[in-house]
Amino acid sequence: MTMTNDHEALAAPAMMEGDARDFFALLKPRVMSLVVFTAFIGMLLAPGEIHPVLGFIAILAIAVGAGASGALNMWYDADIDILMSRTAKRPIPAGKITREATLAFGLVLSVFSVAVLGVTINWLSAGLLAFTIFFYAVVYTMWLKRSTPHNIVIGGAAGAFPPMIGWACVTNSISIESIVLFSIIFLWTPAHFWALALFKSGDYGRAGVPMLPNVSGERTTKNQIVLYAVLTAISGVVPALMGFAGIVYGGVAAALGAAFIWYSFKTWQMPDGDEKMIPAKKLFAYSLVYLFAIFMALAVDNLAARYLGAVI
Amino acid sequence: MDQVELTEQQKKARRSRSVALAIVLAVLVLLFYAVTIVKIGPEILNRPM
Repeated sequence: MTMTNDHEALAAPAMMEGDARDFFALLKPRVMSLVVFTAFIGMLLAPGEIHPVLGFIAILAIAVGAGASGALNMWYDADIDILMSRTAKRPIPAGKITREATLAFGLVLSVFSVAVLGVTINWLSAGLLAFTIFFYAVVYTMWLKRSTPHNIVIGGAAGAFPPMIGWACVTNSISIESIVLFSIIFLWTPAHFWALALFKSGDYGRAGVPMLPNVSGERTTKNQIVLYAVLTAISGVVPALMGFAGIVYGGVAAALGAAFIWYSFKTWQMPDGDEKMIPAKKLFAYSLVYLFAIFMALAVDNLAARYLGAVI
Repeated sequence: MDQVELTEQQKKARRSRSVALAIVLAVLVLLFYAVTIVKIGPEILNRPM
């Protein structure tokens, strides 16, 4: 099937068959849930107060903005989504929603979410949200993804901004602490996606997306995974070293980081050409646990310090 | 004039989209009302006549 035929297959039907659930799927709900979670933690850790209603609206706007960038990604990538098993059932390749409708949906939600955040919270956080959408939709999706095997290293910044936006919602500033939160997710992204790329390399190869395993081979990818796992583990304990998280958090983060390095090492040991790729699948699953656990530990540590009176 | 005849599936999908849009708009009304109260509060009544 040629690219031209793919586009013909995606031609707009007279009337869409996509329902509300299909439009919701355009927002990438699973990614959105991680965005909501990390943005909320950023907001929680920031010094200062935000009214709960405004906090709720800020989280909602950040979630919708992230969802909008997901829709723009699906609009642009519809031609390759149809070629990959992981993405073939998305609303556009499945023929439920047209590309035109997806583009309009993504643009309207982008403008609306940024405007709501600016008017109700502050324009610094709105600017950061706008930059995040631009970075994901234009810098990552349109430029990096199809041109360099380092696509997700740089593109990972888009996923790392939400805690920084949450922080900015409360403080109207960017500080070293919010940059540390950013760097945890930024450094975590390559190991997470390269683990996925290892056992989905056939998919990416078919779609012509230059992921690291397809371009530089499994060995280089595994080396890079270990490197980024070590960097992630180090960044995970930085909040305790800098004093904006307690010593108990530091211990938990060190243990979580050690496990991350262990899983990446098991992946590194995996023989090249392994069919089942069990260690890579375990690393991918653990990477999700790691990110959730590290941010949850930050939240628990912060709440304990706040309500028990001292940093534990 | 030619008219597009929708299938049952398309009518069902359109109804679903319309209901979702109505819910979103209703929630937005409530949210903007809540923001107005939080940000301005009773001060909204304190204005020169």
